[in-house]
Amino acid sequence: MHPVIFIVFLPLLAAIIAGLGGRIIGKTASKVITTGSLFVGAVLSWPIFFGYLGGSAEEQVVPVLDFINSGALSVDWALRVDALTAVMLVVVTSVSSLVHLYSWGYMEEDPSQPRFFAYLSLFSFAMLMLVTADSLVQMFFGWEGVGLASYLLIGFWYHKPSANAAALKAFVVNRVGDFGFSLGIFGTFLVFGTVSIPAILAASPGMAGSTIGFAGLRVDTMTLLCLLLFVGAMGKSAQLGLHTWLPDAMEGPTPVSALIHAATMVTAGVFMVCRLSPMFEVSPTALSVVTYVGAATCLFAATVGTVQNDIKRVVAYSTCSQLGYMFFAAGVGAYGAAMFHLFTHAFFKALLFLGAGSVIHAMHHEQDMRFYGNLRKEIPVTFWVMIAGTLAITGVGLFGVGFAGYHSKDAILESAFASGSVHGNIAFFLGAFAALLTSFYSWRLIFMTFFGKARWAGSEHIQHAVHHVEEHQEDMAADNDSAQDHGVKMVEGTAGYHPHESPLTILVPILLLAVGAVFAGFVFHGAFIEPESGEHFWRGSIAFSEHLAHEMHGVPAWVKWTPFAVMLIGLYIAWRNYIRVPGAPAAFVAMFPGLHKFLMHKWYFDELYDVIFVRPAMKLGRFFWKRGDEQTIDRFGPHGAAFAVGIGNRLTTRLQSGYVYSYALVMLLGLIGAATWVFWWVR
Amino acid sequence: MIGLAHYLTVSAILFTLGVLGIFLNRKNIILMLMAIELILLSVNINLVAFSAYLGDLTGQVFAMFVLTVAAAEAAIGLAILVIFFRRRGSIAVDDVNRMRG
Repeated sequence: MHPVIFIVFLPLLAAIIAGLGGRIIGKTASKVITTGSLFVGAVLSWPIFFGYLGGSAEEQVVPVLDFINSGALSVDWALRVDALTAVMLVVVTSVSSLVHLYSWGYMEEDPSQPRFFAYLSLFSFAMLMLVTADSLVQMFFGWEGVGLASYLLIGFWYHKPSANAAALKAFVVNRVGDFGFSLGIFGTFLVFGTVSIPAILAASPGMAGSTIGFAGLRVDTMTLLCLLLFVGAMGKSAQLGLHTWLPDAMEGPTPVSALIHAATMVTAGVFMVCRLSPMFEVSPTALSVVTYVGAATCLFAATVGTVQNDIKRVVAYSTCSQLGYMFFAAGVGAYGAAMFHLFTHAFFKALLFLGAGSVIHAMHHEQDMRFYGNLRKEIPVTFWVMIAGTLAITGVGLFGVGFAGYHSKDAILESAFASGSVHGNIAFFLGAFAALLTSFYSWRLIFMTFFGKARWAGSEHIQHAVHHVEEHQEDMAADNDSAQDHGVKMVEGTAGYHPHESPLTILVPILLLAVGAVFAGFVFHGAFIEPESGEHFWRGSIAFSEHLAHEMHGVPAWVKWTPFAVMLIGLYIAWRNYIRVPGAPAAFVAMFPGLHKFLMHKWYFDELYDVIFVRPAMKLGRFFWKRGDEQTIDRFGPHGAAFAVGIGNRLTTRLQSGYVYSYALVMLLGLIGAATWVFWWVR
Repeated sequence: MIGLAHYLTVSAILFTLGVLGIFLNRKNIILMLMAIELILLSVNINLVAFSAYLGDLTGQVFAMFVLTVAAAEAAIGLAILVIFFRRRGSIAVDDVNRMRG
């Protein structure tokens, strides 16, 4: 049997055992089984990946089971393994196994750990199904599976109303994207008569220029299909317009944010676009839309990230922004660069999230950065790995040697410029500006958290921890909700609190990820983006453009230096405002209150959606509920029938007087009636 | 000469009295029991009269059965009545309405 079978199905088995039998086998056994299944997967995945790196492995399809066989529609469960899948297998199993291990420490005090680990493994299974999909239907299965697991994990602390609301929001917003995705699958089947991905990709170039009727218009077939599928990708990957669920998803436990909302699930959209890249290549219109959406998201999320105070939300907006980079890389045709950024981003963003989780753990579940400060001496290991993650995301590096983000982000910006198209150029400038903001908000996070004076005294969580040391083991979820709400009293001082460095189960995963964040870019950039070796590595699993890869190296020097320059500028602004002149941010806000408010309200997307969609939907729902259901159907249906029966009852109970003589009278009358009937009519 | 018709007339009068006794009487359950006896006896007269008229003994045998059953029924009825009186302290028919729906 091919090892990919074990990679994919062991997590499912572990999820079933831990989920259904968690009470019987206990929490330690559940944790061992789920974590073990993912580590086995990771150990099996890396050799597959190296097989493609070395050029010895061939593309393979491993059949599993028949699924649907109806008329022209034929779908089988089959696991497809090629270079693209191998990249995703490595990312998913590595990050997932490290997150499992991390959760041993992070979720230590949680009462329902078997459930948590079962959900994590279920998620890993669905994600692996998605990346090994050989047909669009199987991809959709994985797609919905990760959506379900995401919903379950965001709402893991289900007794928190905010977590439930966030889980619902994620699910509902993803429905919009999934609707587009399913329309795309239907359309693909209609046009090509198959849902098998290789068959579709092979037939795509032949469909160029054909038109199809959609919503009463004649539109270009391939553009329509690609855009519909891209709507699905936008929903899952939180692109501008359908991004609103991602920041709220931070209500889930931090390991979940790292695994699902940074490293794997949200990159599914990028993966899908790359997997279907020969199809997107047929439609330049669709590609330019992908570029614009990606670039806009990249800029939008970076601007909002600069004003967030919740440490997890900063990283969440950063994720959203980096996903924008990946999409516009795909949009300009640099699929290798997109996948490369996905790969490196998985390491450094998981690292940043898990590092943020370690800080939160140390600060007794305080998430507001305004109550941090001066933590670098208290939690040195976390400090150094966060620095590594920040160097990676801001793209520090010179002359071809640097941290992970240096190799992938620079490649994206250079490809965007090198593509020479209008949308490519726009994406380059937006991306470069977003890189400046990225550098700023990443260093702002570091400076606010680890430098300056300790401002812990203002935090209710810290005060709580100091005054109730004996109740230290209290339910972590209960005191986790008020980061945005409680009035900000910037009190300097430690309040006598001593942050504690996290246990080894937390530190080991982030140290391993730090290794990835430092070296992943340098070690693998040849295979992912360089012209010859890239062609050799991908071998047709994505529409790798050797020409563009060559062009990328031929860009002017100022283009090459731009990312480095903006990184330094961002670093300087952050240093000046948060170290040198600590009063500067407040002064800036006072100078531009409108801008600050605009960013604080996240460009008013939530408010806008509230007015356009949520409130009318609530009104319509209320109308159907009150008028339609209660006052029409219930009133004349069940309630009306019950009322009529009630009246009938009251009338008939009046007959039941309880007096024997009245019963006797009725009997007599009945007898007379019966006798009369017999004598008159029967005879 | 007293013929069949006379017997039947007496029987019908007794039956009617019995039926009226059941649902016009509002005072006393004992009266109700007596009315039931009256109905049964009127039926007995019918049976015996037809038996004599037709020269068939079956009717008289039936009359004996009815008498036996009536005696047993009266005994049970009076026993219930005694217990009822102990519990409620009254045997007025108007008080017996616990079967009201």
